[in-house]
Amino acid sequence: MTGELPRPEPVVSPEARRFWEATGEQRLRLQRCSECAAVVWYPRGICPDCSSSNLDWFEASGRGLVYSFTINHRGTGPYEGIGPYILAYVELEEGPRMLTNIVDCDSEKLRIGQLVEVRFADTGTGTALVRFTPVETVADG
Amino acid sequence: MSIRGKAFIAGAFEHPLREIPDASLAQIHADVALGALADAGLSLDDVDGYFCAADAPGFGGISMAEYMGMRPRYVDTTESGGSSYVAHVGHAAAAIAVGKCRVALVTLAGKPRTGGSPPGGSMGDPQAPETSFEVAYGPTTPSLYALAAKRHMHEFGTTSAQLAEIKVTASRHAKHNPNALLQKEVTVEEVLESPMVSDPLHRLDCCVVTDGGGAVVVVAPEIAQALERDCIKILGHGESPKHTDNGRVDLTYTGAVWSGPLAFEEAGTTPKDIDYASIYDSFTITVLETIEDLGFCEKGAGGPYVESGALRAPDGELPLNTDGGGLCNNHPSNRGGMTKIIEAVRQLRDEANPAVQVGDCQLALAHGTGGSLGTRMGSATLILGREDA
Repeated sequence: MTGELPRPEPVVSPEARRFWEATGEQRLRLQRCSECAAVVWYPRGICPDCSSSNLDWFEASGRGLVYSFTINHRGTGPYEGIGPYILAYVELEEGPRMLTNIVDCDSEKLRIGQLVEVRFADTGTGTALVRFTPVETVADG
Repeated sequence: MSIRGKAFIAGAFEHPLREIPDASLAQIHADVALGALADAGLSLDDVDGYFCAADAPGFGGISMAEYMGMRPRYVDTTESGGSSYVAHVGHAAAAIAVGKCRVALVTLAGKPRTGGSPPGGSMGDPQAPETSFEVAYGPTTPSLYALAAKRHMHEFGTTSAQLAEIKVTASRHAKHNPNALLQKEVTVEEVLESPMVSDPLHRLDCCVVTDGGGAVVVVAPEIAQALERDCIKILGHGESPKHTDNGRVDLTYTGAVWSGPLAFEEAGTTPKDIDYASIYDSFTITVLETIEDLGFCEKGAGGPYVESGALRAPDGELPLNTDGGGLCNNHPSNRGGMTKIIEAVRQLRDEANPAVQVGDCQLALAHGTGGSLGTRMGSATLILGREDA
């Protein structure tokens, strides 16, 4: 399993600017709709549940469970030729399932339902990618 | 108002080659257009409706209309990935039903194998709102389907050997197709021993990459009656996007849960009535989830269902992808929807390869999937029948 993953700079849309600024400060911020209380993922300017444009930001716990994962052997773009890496959906404690990578992890031991917590991978441009690592690995660590 | 019986497929043509280095993308569109029109007994001069998707070069259908010298009065360049062409047939039938056109041409072409054209689609488009929350983490098309396969296995106990049976079935059908890219019959063991692409999907769980293309011609009933060709009745159509649902993405089902019932309702049929099915097979898991979602078996029971041999032609419970499908025959432009329609038409005309021709095939289903099972997808379903259906 590869060590360091690429850290491509994300495209920052105006509506998601506060999300990416927060990641640069090692914080995971999510949007919540002020009208219907839905947690909104991914960040945007309209609540997809109730159409309200009245969205607030809050700080998420950074913890979640692995919903699904794959060990991808053939990456493309910046991931080409880096060796196998883990792509996953993590279900955040706050509800949304987000596409991400699991890092610092023994892939043989990884399971759906595994508890994970956030790791920020600095892109060097004031933003960071949101990745996760198994909590047990940290405890063992 | 329904499209049931309001339009017929009069012509279908699949490009016979799987590598086409010496023709442009536009020329392949033109070649398959002429092939389908000749099959129908019509010419480009008869075409007054034109349908294509993002695999067509240039400015939507306008560039291709100019290239082929058409002046259609109805143009639709709906883009929903590999499901586009299945949707186009439904759109063409609707346009014909209200008199917007009488002879509609639908084309697909691509050259991903010889490098002449990138596949259409939006993964990585920096303007797409989801891009920065997905692409930075290195998703590939197989890996997104692998996420779905992994979750399906987790929830329902589906096994890699069950997925492999779908490839085995495709290869058993493809060995009778002289144009198929892969004509060798494979075993479950060979699928499981092929290199892992994205766990749990092996190389043989993935479809082929081919140049090629295809076209169909959809006509009004009075034109169908005047043609000497057997025409196929369009009975029902449904389509639906499926997306990440505000973070509630569920990888165990496809958009067929919505597009299927719409098509069955319009056609006035049920899954039990279907004699043959063309199901989009970008990966083995695509087939497994789709046949569940279309109601051919219970949700989660797809593994045992395919293991029973249900998909094998000609005598299985649900003979499927008898041309070898995307898994073995072709996947032109990385978009399999068109060839799904073409093989359904062949089955209904008794023109499939004899070893896999379904006896007394009266009703067929063609289903297209676009985008990805792992994030957002297009789904489109067609129910087709013989002329007197």
